[in-house]
Amino acid sequence: MAYSEVVNVSGFVGNFKVTVKKKTRYVNEKECTACGECVKVCPITKPDAYQTGFSTRKAIYIPFPQAVPASYLINMDDCLGINPIACGKCADVCEKKCIDFDQQDKFIDIEVGAIIVATGMDVYDPSEIDEYGYTRFPNVITSMEFERLICAGGPTEGHFIRPSDRQRPKRIGFIQCVGSRSAKRGNPYCSNICCMNTVKDCLLLKDHYPDTDCTVFYMDIRAFGKSFEDFYMRSKEEGVKYLRGLPGEIEEDPATRNLRVVVENTNGGGVDFHEFDMIVLSTGVIPQKDSAVIRKLLTLSKTSDGFLMEAHPRLKPVDAPTRGVFLAGCAESPKDIKDSVAQAGAAASHANILLNAGHISIEAVTSVIDDSMCNGCELCIDVCPYHAIQSNGKKSPPTIITAACAGCGNCGAACPTGSITMRHFTDMQIEAQIDAILEEDGDQKVLGFACNWCSYAGGDFAGISRLQYPTDARLIRTMCSARVDEEFIWRGFHKGAAMVLVSGCHYADCHYISANRQTVQRVNRVWDKMERLGIRPERLQLEWISAAEGQKFAKVMRDIEQMRKRVTKEEIDETVRILNEERDKAAAKKAAKTDKKEQAAA
Amino acid sequence: MDDVTKMALDAPRIGVFVCDCGLNIAGTVDTAAVTEWARSLPDVACVVRNKYTCADPGQNEIRKAVVEYKLNRVVVASCSPRMHEPTFRGCVMDVGMNPYLMEMANLREHCSWVHAGEKDKATEKAKDLIRSAVARARHLTPQEELKVKVTKAALVIGGGVTGIQAALDLADSGHQVYLVEKEATIGGIMAGLDKTYPTMDCSI
Repeated sequence: MAYSEVVNVSGFVGNFKVTVKKKTRYVNEKECTACGECVKVCPITKPDAYQTGFSTRKAIYIPFPQAVPASYLINMDDCLGINPIACGKCADVCEKKCIDFDQQDKFIDIEVGAIIVATGMDVYDPSEIDEYGYTRFPNVITSMEFERLICAGGPTEGHFIRPSDRQRPKRIGFIQCVGSRSAKRGNPYCSNICCMNTVKDCLLLKDHYPDTDCTVFYMDIRAFGKSFEDFYMRSKEEGVKYLRGLPGEIEEDPATRNLRVVVENTNGGGVDFHEFDMIVLSTGVIPQKDSAVIRKLLTLSKTSDGFLMEAHPRLKPVDAPTRGVFLAGCAESPKDIKDSVAQAGAAASHANILLNAGHISIEAVTSVIDDSMCNGCELCIDVCPYHAIQSNGKKSPPTIITAACAGCGNCGAACPTGSITMRHFTDMQIEAQIDAILEEDGDQKVLGFACNWCSYAGGDFAGISRLQYPTDARLIRTMCSARVDEEFIWRGFHKGAAMVLVSGCHYADCHYISANRQTVQRVNRVWDKMERLGIRPERLQLEWISAAEGQKFAKVMRDIEQMRKRVTKEEIDETVRILNEERDKAAAKKAAKTDKKEQAAA
Repeated sequence: MDDVTKMALDAPRIGVFVCDCGLNIAGTVDTAAVTEWARSLPDVACVVRNKYTCADPGQNEIRKAVVEYKLNRVVVASCSPRMHEPTFRGCVMDVGMNPYLMEMANLREHCSWVHAGEKDKATEKAKDLIRSAVARARHLTPQEELKVKVTKAALVIGGGVTGIQAALDLADSGHQVYLVEKEATIGGIMAGLDKTYPTMDCSI
């Protein structure tokens, strides 16, 4: 489905429901024979993005001759208009009558067991590095533009010319790491493919025009792949010059449009001046701009460089943290074609294992209701992000649809009567953990709750990265931060914890759609009550830490230690006293209520 | 109800398996001291220390102890449950135990690896993590998993070289594949290239 976008995903591993928007082409793609008669009559001329703007296309066009599907389409932003039809010449000349101005976007629902995310990459735009003059000097081009200029299917049919005067450039400079490996502009990571791409470009030039003088400015040449070193050496043998040092500035001679660079030679020392007919900026790889939409739909995380986070950096490189979703290609990290193909195969293979299994087990972490305790308040129905709880009428216990329950535990935390049990994360189990952690020296400890997908995983990532932080915290893992009942927090303080930390996925990245909004509400309520009771609210912290944020996890641990140190033993004793009082008051109230009921009954 | 499940409902008999993970844990946490200390915890029927609990000999120790000590709960004090929970669930299932009666204490990612310079404090923390896991284990109950059908179709998002390859592989395995590409043609960035390294063949 080309010219289509995924607009919604629901369901779970093995059973995803996906809505795809098929954008209208205004051309019936099954009927179109790509004869091209429509193009001849279209009066609109626009830059051709495929040829990086070096040639033009019409408002009705095919992206390139070998495009799949081999069908034209009308870009309605460019067309003179169809409402009313302003021109319509294309429709008049189309023999197959396949131009359809009434065509609309279509929404198609599909059901799949597995999803592979291969949303790819974008190329860094070097405009912001103004000293290289990409927007000012016509003969400064990017490596993608180079590809079109040297390609037989390009705007010049492979005759390599420079834009300013359409003459063949004989002295060409290449600047590496444009947008890569820089803490200041572009990105701090290595884009992986640019070194070898430049070596290839130089060899292509040497092959087509042996008298071309090629000079490459670099900081390191990374030729680490199979047969890459040979390839690099071959370019040296063919006379490509490699100079270590990245130019500080490019200047243009207004008369000749030639380019001068000033560069510090970091191998030999000193400052060198060079003149070129053309300069190619070897631009880096950046995360695909639209991938954020897919990331949110599939509740995936990204690493600090913006690429998608895998389930485990070494052992699960093609599995996404969301079960049933797999990653491949540059969506995961910058990589070349061979690695992309290999990873695609790995992702397909993992998806195959799932699809071939026929059946899968869903972890038994789901809710159950004890009908005898339920008062039918239906709070659980309100907070369930999956609509997995069905009403049986107010005052009657609702029904939980186990297959739809994802196991966040939000309902269990919301239930005022304690009639919902979250299997494998029961109140009793979590309370036992709280008590055990605070059995000794609570004043030295931070009682932490961390969600399985993000914060606990962020802690794991800090561990894998060997980031050092203070030892105060003891974490209790829950599937979602929404499982953290207010009572758990109070119990922590009552048992003498100096600090309590509740942590979960970032607000918009909750693995249970929006369950962590309830976390915020609960923590807010506890903060309010702490204030009322005279317990410093600072002692309860709420933090959002993603699975990729090992650094942030460590920082939170350091900050919270400082806060913990400010909590004195006297302060904790006072809190325990206040909470004892509260407990006694609540017990007295309950007893009075029971008495009243009994009296009324009598 | 099988015997081991029935046993799970009896008074807890907990086995604690402390892992050295080579020096990954033992280099920071005094695992010998932790092992001795764990024996004093209520309901703990046996404590075993292993060099690598996830390796076959380590797993065998667990299986052996479950039978020998009639354990109905197992606590593995090693790495993150996000890493090896499936491993140890499988291990206890081999001897008929419900996988939900196995609990882990994360002594590696959340302790030894992040407190390398603080051996005493890390050891104290390790004890707390085990105490917490044992307390939780005491209240674990057997759970049955729900089995669901898998829809035999796949979605590939993105029609560049990666997406095309993944879609072809899946289709060749006999599955229905939906390949979704936002542009008007598949091909992605690669379709804009001339030749590709290191073989210099055409991109299209």
